[in-house]
Amino acid sequence: MRIFASLRIAGRALLRNKMRSLLTMLGIIIGVGAVIGSVSLTSGATKQVEDQVSSLGENVITVFSGNFTSGAMRGGWGSAPTLTVADALAIAHLPHVLAVSPEVRDRAQILANGLNWNTQVMGESPEYPQILNRSIASGTMFSDQDVRSLAKSAVIGKTVADQLFPGENPLGQVLRIRNIPFQIIGVLTPKGFNLFGQDQDDVVVVPYTSHMHRITTRTFVSDILAEASSDKTIIQAQNEITDLLSARHRSKEPDFTVRNQADLMERVSAASRTMGFLLAGVAAVSLVVGGIGIMNIMLVSVTERTREIGIRMAVGARAADILVQFLIEAVTLSAIGGSIGILGGVGFSEFVAYLKDMPTVTPVIWIAIAFVSSAIIGIISGFYPAWKASKLDPIDALHYE
Amino acid sequence: MQTNPVIKLAEIHKVYHTGEVDVHAVRGISLEVFPGEFVALMGASGSGKSTLMNMIGALDRPTGGNYLLDGTDVSTLDRDALADVRNEKIGFVFQGFNLLSRTSALENVEMPMLYNRHRIPSHEQRDRALRALELVGLSQRADHHPNQLSGGQQQRVAIARALVNRPALLLADEPTGNLDSQTSIEVMGVFQKLNDQGITIVMVTHELDVARFTKRMVILRDGKIVTDELVQNRSFAEKELLQLRAAQEAVKLAS
Repeated sequence: MRIFASLRIAGRALLRNKMRSLLTMLGIIIGVGAVIGSVSLTSGATKQVEDQVSSLGENVITVFSGNFTSGAMRGGWGSAPTLTVADALAIAHLPHVLAVSPEVRDRAQILANGLNWNTQVMGESPEYPQILNRSIASGTMFSDQDVRSLAKSAVIGKTVADQLFPGENPLGQVLRIRNIPFQIIGVLTPKGFNLFGQDQDDVVVVPYTSHMHRITTRTFVSDILAEASSDKTIIQAQNEITDLLSARHRSKEPDFTVRNQADLMERVSAASRTMGFLLAGVAAVSLVVGGIGIMNIMLVSVTERTREIGIRMAVGARAADILVQFLIEAVTLSAIGGSIGILGGVGFSEFVAYLKDMPTVTPVIWIAIAFVSSAIIGIISGFYPAWKASKLDPIDALHYE
Repeated sequence: MQTNPVIKLAEIHKVYHTGEVDVHAVRGISLEVFPGEFVALMGASGSGKSTLMNMIGALDRPTGGNYLLDGTDVSTLDRDALADVRNEKIGFVFQGFNLLSRTSALENVEMPMLYNRHRIPSHEQRDRALRALELVGLSQRADHHPNQLSGGQQQRVAIARALVNRPALLLADEPTGNLDSQTSIEVMGVFQKLNDQGITIVMVTHELDVARFTKRMVILRDGKIVTDELVQNRSFAEKELLQLRAAQEAVKLAS
């Protein structure tokens, strides 16, 4: 029997009892709708977090100096000055490292324009914006030449610009850090708060040499920022850095710590994976419930239409024809239910997104999973009733009242 | 006659094993029906005529004996093969019409073609169904649903459905059982017309009036054939209808 004819027969049988068909589908509709809706919302939330994490710089490796121990007193990470500019320059030559910035941090009261502001003053290399995935909104970043010449050039964040130069263009203006004048040559594009609630725009960036020789008198750097050549080589780069520094420092115990952004990313995606499993579980349960509903109604339908089955068999329908007819009916029910559920789920998540101003993402793979699994549920739950129908004896079926 | 019989039953037996007692419904029936015949199978209830009918219709298999339908040995076929035989060689007409409700007359007639082993293009299905409806005089009602048709019209749709696959044999089970006398005569008229065109018909009935429209009467009792004879004083539907109408006119005039 042709598939098209079967579909027509199935469609007619379902339309004959519109209300019943709709109620039968409801189990699948609600199940699929709930899954698609919650997947869309959680994927949206996950994507938001991932975006934030990757905005910190996806392939960033941070080397912290080791802990300082004096007698029984142990300092925290970074308390011991162990990292030098030479370490940073050596790291820059490693094969899987793209860019390096020796980082020197200091908090200072800065003056400009008759105003003052306490902020974070960072000594960095010109690669700083590239590594942290930041850009310059106006002006330029300082150059390698500026680093070599201990230039008194500074790039400032939006918060600093707003505080010291309200309503003015800060470019070309002078600010004083510990009474040393620095010319503002660039303003960073605003980035807002990071995952830990720090204002990433409340910062003044100067060449690390200027920082170490003019502002402070340090010989060690606070930490070293490095960028791996890609997200795939980040572990390799991390190992290279560890090996290099161990060799350079000739210490028995490592006096430094290497961390990467991927660790954080990993944790976030592990959380979303767990959420995914949870949703899959909910989906499985609701689809099974929906499937039981379909099986129930199909059994009723087979009993009701025993006579029709008898007529079809009398005019030459084989058992397989009857089986296929009822299977297609069940699959049509569940597939239509699944489709309505998908639309409903997407609609629901869009609605919530609109209300709560949250991003939503409906992964195509989940739409495919939802559709395929509702069709499979149709086949499974339709099989027993269809098989029962196909095993009817034509004589008994014809005389069924 | 040198032609091969459409139906050739040889010592057919049917025993039902229900519970402790075996029911011997058909006890050795031999029968030959040739193309162009119009046979009435008669008998009281319990005579085994329905059982015989089911076996002739390939709905059931005999427990003993041989059955050749249009040259095919049906007594040994499996379920699927029996379904194919029913589809290709037999057209059924039932007492209760057995049309699919909420399905147009045309689609009811098309249904057997859906189960053909050889695909029939849908436009050909339509053409053949329309021609079959024309044959029974219902081409004007192709779009009507069974509940919009009278009993006689429904039975004619069922006859069209039985004919659409050009079967070797038309099998009718009490086709007039649910109809009033005038409609019964009309339906018998359709059968007679079809038989005149060469279609072989076997009909089960318990009414002698109806059986007299056929050419040959086979009477069963207790699972055996007791009488097998040609019909004397055959009724012809056209004549009977004229008589009936005249009688009705007379009643009207009298009142």
